[in-house]
Amino acid sequence: MGLVLQHVTKQFGSFVAVDDVTLSIPKQRMFGFLGANGAGKTTTFRMILGLLEPTKGEITWNGERITYKHSHLIGYLPEERGLYPKLKVKEQLIYLGRLRGLHKEEIVKEMRDWLERFKIPQYEDQKVEQLSKGNQQKIQFIAAVLHRPQLLILDEPFSGLDPVNVEMLKEAVIDLQKKGTTIVFSSHRMEHVEQLCEHICIMHKGKPIVHGSIKELKRSFGKKNVIIHGELPFDTLIHIPGVIKMEKTVEGVRLQIADESVSQHILEHIYSKGFIRTFSLEEPSLNDIFIEKVGAAYEQ
Amino acid sequence: MSNKFWIVFLHTYVTKLKSKSFLISTIVTALIVFGISQLDRIIEAFSNDGQKTIGVIDETNGWYEALQAQFQTNKETSLVRHDGSEEQAKTYVQTDQWYAYIVLDVQNAQPKVTYYAKNIADSDVTHEIEQALQQVKIAMMAKQIGLTYEQINALYAPIAMEKVALEQHAKTEEQLNQARAIVYVLLFAMYMFVLMYGSMMMMEVATEKSSRIMEILISSISPIQQLFGKILGIALLSLTQFILIFSVGYASMKNSDMLRQLIGMDELPLSLILYGILFFLLGYLLYAMSFAVLGSIVSRVEEVQQMAGPVTMLVVAAFIMAMFGLNAPESPFMTAMSFVPFFTPMIMFLRIGMLNVPTWEIVLSIGLLVGTIAFLFVFGSKVYRGGVLMYNQASSWKDLKQAWQLTKK
Repeated sequence: MGLVLQHVTKQFGSFVAVDDVTLSIPKQRMFGFLGANGAGKTTTFRMILGLLEPTKGEITWNGERITYKHSHLIGYLPEERGLYPKLKVKEQLIYLGRLRGLHKEEIVKEMRDWLERFKIPQYEDQKVEQLSKGNQQKIQFIAAVLHRPQLLILDEPFSGLDPVNVEMLKEAVIDLQKKGTTIVFSSHRMEHVEQLCEHICIMHKGKPIVHGSIKELKRSFGKKNVIIHGELPFDTLIHIPGVIKMEKTVEGVRLQIADESVSQHILEHIYSKGFIRTFSLEEPSLNDIFIEKVGAAYEQ
Repeated sequence: MSNKFWIVFLHTYVTKLKSKSFLISTIVTALIVFGISQLDRIIEAFSNDGQKTIGVIDETNGWYEALQAQFQTNKETSLVRHDGSEEQAKTYVQTDQWYAYIVLDVQNAQPKVTYYAKNIADSDVTHEIEQALQQVKIAMMAKQIGLTYEQINALYAPIAMEKVALEQHAKTEEQLNQARAIVYVLLFAMYMFVLMYGSMMMMEVATEKSSRIMEILISSISPIQQLFGKILGIALLSLTQFILIFSVGYASMKNSDMLRQLIGMDELPLSLILYGILFFLLGYLLYAMSFAVLGSIVSRVEEVQQMAGPVTMLVVAAFIMAMFGLNAPESPFMTAMSFVPFFTPMIMFLRIGMLNVPTWEIVLSIGLLVGTIAFLFVFGSKVYRGGVLMYNQASSWKDLKQAWQLTKK
């Protein structure tokens, strides 16, 4: 069961924002949506939440269409961050929590646990506008998970956070998944998606161009990477048959090759040409797959 | 009504009630109302600067005594005969011993007066002198002609005109004056409150939208419920403030002669007050809904005023027409306007207060108004649903259409 999207299409006038998406996200999974700005991620999320009506197709959670009756089961962190600037953290969370069907006492208890976990218990009685952006984001995350939702939708949860806070939030997300929450999130930071998800969907111009498990995707991708560090003349490497791309790094080069066997030719070629510090054969990164599939350079 | 509706309703009400701006605006308005109701006492307190002495240089024969008699009962001004030089009189005024002095002369039986004071801005005193002299003149002339006191009185007796309306239930003169005062006060209150709370509504929606909390809200509660909770929460807030200010006004006016006479507080027509509250609430709903819908398509708080402009103009237009209508409530123009839903709350209320409006007209106008509100709710809540998800560079009324399309399949 879990979350099922069947042939979901959304049109705004003549513009097709989401084009025939069919996906099935089993319960307790962590599912990542990748895509450039305007790829249709947020529109898809808004349709899952029932904020927008799909032009065609159907979205169900455990076999039922999602309506406001289910809002206590669902948590949402929108891409555009915002809270009431003039309200205190506590008042804010109580209001938002009650709208998700919680009682005041439960909210306060749950809120204190989370504030403690994020190391900001001192902000309970402060107005949101006095908090730093990162801390506001933590409060918003708390608002999304306060009611222990079954399905948690996070739109770009890590954008704008410093590395320490990103780690803190990642741990929290992983914990929630372990406790049984189904998590759908979008990001354009490949490494976050790679670390957190088993399953992904790459969206491009409203279409899901790739989806499946990351392991599977990497295996079927075929191409691999060779990393070489050392003092060598690298320029000729690009002419070796099977080398697709060469990228210079600080210590050497990173080559994309058509398949594993090419690596042996490269090794023969550079052997005795100079000092080799590192020579390694690696799996393709998600970024390689993304660039290949979307066919465009993408901001890292 | 669901549980969540009440959460939004109470949250809106309590948060606004506790806010500093509400507290300050209530206190300031209550003070102003209190001040106006106590105006006569305040003026009295300030003008209590003792008697004003006015010197009189009398160059006539016997006019001073008559003039003096006129001022006998006047507590604020007293006359003093001055037989010295005019130079001396000037010094008295300059040293504040006297407030002013006059030189009184008679030529061809007509009094001729020159008034000297430090400044001539105080028209009260000159007016008093003029009036008193007029009386003296009449008395003097009458004596010359040989009229008796009774004859003079008969000559100046006011004409007794009684106005009788032939229509049954038409309002009597006294009732009309009273109604005019009450209608004026309530119209003004309506105008203030609709504008104030209508734009509060719009700000509220625009702030939630621009602070981007809207998306969280409408993922947990349907936008329609959220909108209703907000509109009614603010309606309750405005009623709270209205009652607070009204109580202060009523309590302080009970002890004030001036306004009691003006309004006739002893017999406040209850039906008129009830109509006032009904039209106030309907008017608020109509305008609050319009403002809320406009607020939902605004992307930034700074654009609120610009978008609100046309709707604000409607409120202002209704108020100006109503002010004009206070003196001509029966004009065909006013009758026509009282059926235009955006003007009905003020103008129909004015007509009910001033005239004897047939019941069917009242029912029809309220029906049209309620119908318009219902239409606005249906149309508006669709636009609102789409509007809150929409972020444009610059907002315009065209966005209404775009917001409408956003909610379609």
